[in-house]
Order: sequence, then structure tokens, then C-alpha cells
Amino acid sequence: MSPPRDMNAMPATTAPPQASAPPGPFAEFWRGFSANRGALVALVVFTVLALAALLAPWIAPHDPVRQYREAMLTPPIWMDGGQARFLLGTDELGRDLLSRLLHGARVSLGIGLASVVLSLIPGVLLGLLAAFHQRLLAPVVMRVMDVMLALPGLLLAICVITVLGPGLTNTVIAIAIGSLPEYVRLTRAAALAELGKDYVTASRVAGASTRRLMFSAVLPNCLAPLIVNASLSFSAAILEAAGLGFLGLGVQAPTAEWGTMLSSARDYIVRAPWVVTLPGLAILLSVLSVNLMGDGLRDALDPRLKRAS
Amino acid sequence: MLNFLLRRLATLLPTLIGVTLVAFGLIRLVPGDPIAIMMGERALDDATHARLMHELGLDQPLWRQYADYVGGLLHGDLGRSLVSHEPVSHEFLALFPATAELALFALLLAIVLGMALGTGAALRRGSLLDQGVMGVATVGYSMPVFWWGLILIMFFSVGLGWTPVSGRIAVEYDVQRVTGFMLVDAAFHDEPGAWRSALRHLLLPALVLGTSTTAVIARMTRSSLLEVLREDYMRSARARGLSPARVVLVHGLRNALIPVITVIGLKVGSLLAGAVLTETIFSWPGIGKWLIDAIARRDYPVVQAGILISACTFIAVNLLVDLLYGVVNPRIRKQG
Repeated sequence: MSPPRDMNAMPATTAPPQASAPPGPFAEFWRGFSANRGALVALVVFTVLALAALLAPWIAPHDPVRQYREAMLTPPIWMDGGQARFLLGTDELGRDLLSRLLHGARVSLGIGLASVVLSLIPGVLLGLLAAFHQRLLAPVVMRVMDVMLALPGLLLAICVITVLGPGLTNTVIAIAIGSLPEYVRLTRAAALAELGKDYVTASRVAGASTRRLMFSAVLPNCLAPLIVNASLSFSAAILEAAGLGFLGLGVQAPTAEWGTMLSSARDYIVRAPWVVTLPGLAILLSVLSVNLMGDGLRDALDPRLKRAS
Repeated sequence: MLNFLLRRLATLLPTLIGVTLVAFGLIRLVPGDPIAIMMGERALDDATHARLMHELGLDQPLWRQYADYVGGLLHGDLGRSLVSHEPVSHEFLALFPATAELALFALLLAIVLGMALGTGAALRRGSLLDQGVMGVATVGYSMPVFWWGLILIMFFSVGLGWTPVSGRIAVEYDVQRVTGFMLVDAAFHDEPGAWRSALRHLLLPALVLGTSTTAVIARMTRSSLLEVLREDYMRSARARGLSPARVVLVHGLRNALIPVITVIGLKVGSLLAGAVLTETIFSWPGIGKWLIDAIARRDYPVVQAGILISACTFIAVNLLVDLLYGVVNPRIRKQG
């Protein structure tokens, strides 16, 4: 790297790399991420969705489960017969759709986040253990993961739901179990690649304990693929939760969950299309924005991976 | 090639055993008295309870139950449905062709559409077509299957009246079942219009089920073809004066096929899972709907069998993809 030149004339984030100081990790990440226009737009959309989810109880105009019996299936405001107090109309029980969508964002994004955390942490631990104990643990752990991978995501989730019963918490557990194998395999593969490197040997020779090797030396260098996978499994979790809800196996009514909303709306395709279109659009928009952000994350994190190896 | 197959089969054995353990454990893991749960609200006297326990083998020690279960599986015995009292294997055989037809047609649609779109995008890189295809593919990949199905029903079935909403063929046709594939059976049926009716019933569900696979195949075809187009052998093929179509279709796509096949293998899982949702939306009488209905009715032997069969299908198709992979790329079957 060349020495820093006039930093005021050439901010580190926009200058070509050979002309500036080595950018900090975040600046470097941001440069990669923001080069992807789709990812930037997606970030904005996702931020709006996340804010809506966080602030739902305060910004929702109505209680999401309150039934206005006199205003059942009111169309959205831009259609004939729309009312100003129900901006996006009401559903078959007279509940305000906008409020339900906002609260639904809370449920859907919450399920996504919770199931990612719940599969990421045990997945990383199991993956590291399998990488560090090749002879003892790896065969057992990896065979179990193979079995779990033999059932495609939604079906494994259905299995878990069959045993545990439907509901919000069980949806999270079912989805988390379903995405566990990816994390285990990914962590193990990345950790195995790192284990052969000199810095790990050096650290081991210097007397670092296994635990220290795992978490201080190896894990930080395996993070990039894990982060990318986390974003992908986050969007998959939203889709799966909605799918389970649609099948009646997920979050139960009257809780406002996008998939559950769709399953009860099926009978109103002809009479009240907005009851069907809007929750689906919400699902599509959030999944799409997370996927596009994932693409951006990969663009930003992958080159570093290549350089490191 | 045989060696390659045997090696792959050997690695599958532990997985298969594991899958039977999962299916076996499914009934037993449900908390509470399994008989009471299966019977739901229906009241039971002790004698019936004991009889059912015995019938299902639940009064035996666990290892014995498992051995009996696997023994039964090896003889093709999947148990009996608690609702219809039919052998599960009969129900399965009656329904499986419907799912297979749907999934195969969806896959075919996805391969044809996806490869055509991906090739077009790669050849006109950076053009409006390319951007359009990639944009649509990104949306298609993120599409919730069940909602997409409803939207298409709304548009094509309710709005335009082009396609039927549910079922496999119009009720007036009494097609005799030979292969179980409605398209095939209807083609040999003498009533005119039967085949068309079957096709119209199949088109929308297959399109819905194939959407995300189409998107992934389009993306993969584009990127791998772009890579191949830069290769020296492509330049030499052009230099030899071969027609552009021949260069791209024969030399280009053939070499771009390997990653595409991998992706098809990876998407089989989502096709199976998607079939559950698609069949539910379109009331398609297949394995997926059977499974979901069985869960609702607490028909555990059916659930057990459905899960087992789905897993085995998934494993088998993945094996098939691996073999195909070896056929397309000889380097793979040579190495361990």
C-alpha cells in the first residue's frame, strides 16, 4: 500500500484503493456494498420495514385485532367505497389491514431474526466443535446434519410442528432447526480451511487453549460466509414462516402474521382482492429486500475472502 | 461408473437409517399418550385403547418397535391410515403420480424457460433484455409460492377465465388411469378435449411451482455462459467459421451446463416443499396435500410415511443429479 496522500482532497471511501490509505474495515465494506445499487435501495426499503416493525404499536392507526363489524371488507382508500379511516381497507372481519400489516412486520421480521440467532449460535458452536475434534465429534455431528438435510426446509419444519404443535414460538424453533445444518457445514468447512494456516499453528504453539483458538483465532476469520448465509436464511425464514402460517401450521389467528392473513383471505379473491394482494406484497417486499442486501453483502465480503486465502 | 454409484450409495446408508429414525420417532415424540392424541375428541374405552396400542405395536419395547418398523418398510409396508384404514402404501401409490407429474412438468418448464432467458441475457449482456431478465429473476426467486399462486388464479382463472382453479382435469372426462400421469392418460383417452383439459389444469400449478427454479436456472445459465463465452475454445469455434447459433448452443451451453445441473439438484428440495404449498392452493390431489391433510386429521402413520417418502425422494433425486453430473463431466467420476 502506498503512503497516505492528501486526505482532504481525496476521501478514503471514494478514492481508488491504490491512491489512498488502506480503508478501515467498515469503509472497505461500505465501498463494496454501496457499489451494488440494488443493495442500497434494498437497504432503504428494509430500514423502512424494520422501523415499521419496531414502531408498529405506535404508528398503527387501529388495534390489529379489533373488529369493525360495520366496515367489513372495506376497500382501500383509492378504490370506490374506500374510507379515510381505513387507508388500506379492512379484512373479512372488519380489521384494519394497514394496522395488521404493520404488526405483521413485527411478527415476520421477529421470527426471521429469532430463528437466525437460534440457528446461528448452535450452528457455529457445533461447526467449530466438529472442526476441532475431527476424529471424535465430526462423524457424529455431520451424519446428523446429513439426515436433517435429507428433508427440505419446509418439510423439516412441518415435522417439528407435528411434534410440537403450531404457534409462534414453535414456528421459530422449527425454522431454526431447519437452517441449522447449513451453519454447521459452513462453519466447519471455513474453520477447517483456517486450521491449516500458519497463524493458527503459531497461536497453538504460543500456548493458546482450544477455546481461545476457536473463538479468538479461527471464528473471526470464518465470519464472512456466515454473515452472507445469515442474510439468506433470514429471508428464507420469513418465507417459511409465512408458508407455515398459510398452511395453518404456523402463527395462529388472530395474531397478525402475513402468511396466516393470506390463508384466511383465500376465499375473498373475487370480492376483495386487496385482502390477498397486500399481505403477499409485504412478504415479497421484505424477502426481496433482504435477498438484495445479501447480494450486496456478498459483493462486499467475498473479495476480502479471496484476498485472504 | 458402477464404482462411482456404489461409493455414493454407501455414503447414503447412514442418512437413510437416520431418516427412518426420524420418521419412526415422529409419532413417539408427540408429547402425551399417542392413542389419545390420534383419536382426538373421540372417547375411548380401555379395551379399544389396548387394542390400538397393540395394533400399532406401541406396547412393545422401543428397539423391537423400530425393528418391526424397518422390517415392514423393507416389505413395502408403510402402516395403515387411521382415517381411511387403507394401507398407506396404496394411498401413496395412488397419489404419487400426481405430484410427480406436477413436479416434473414444473421442472421442465423451469429448465426450458430458465435456460432460454439466461442464454438471451448472457448474449445481450448489459442490454435492456439482460437487465429485465435479471430483475424478474430476482423477484421470482423471492416470490412466496402460495401468494404467487393466488395472484395467478386471480388473474388467469378469475379475471380472464383461461385456466381452471383446481383439480387435474374437468369432471366430465372419465379418464382411465393407466400411468397416473393425467397428461399421458388423457392423450390416449378417446373423448376429444381431454388432453387439452388436463394441460390447462396442469399449466398454472406447474408455473407457480417452477417460478423460483426458473429464476435460479436463468441466473445460473447467464453467469456460467458468460464465463464460458470467454474461453479460448469458444473463440476457436467461432474462428473455424461455425454459425453463431451452433457456437452458442453446442459449444457454449454444453459447457455451461454443469453448474446448471448442480442448481437443479439443489432446487429439488424447494420443488418438494413448494409442492406442498402449490397442491394446497390448487387442490391438486398429490402427496403434499395428502401430508397437510393428514397433519390436520392427526393421521400420524400417513404423516410418518409422507415425511419418509419426501426424504427418500429428495435423496434419490440428489443421487440422480450426482450421477448426471458424472455423465456430463467425466472428471468427477474418476476422482474419489
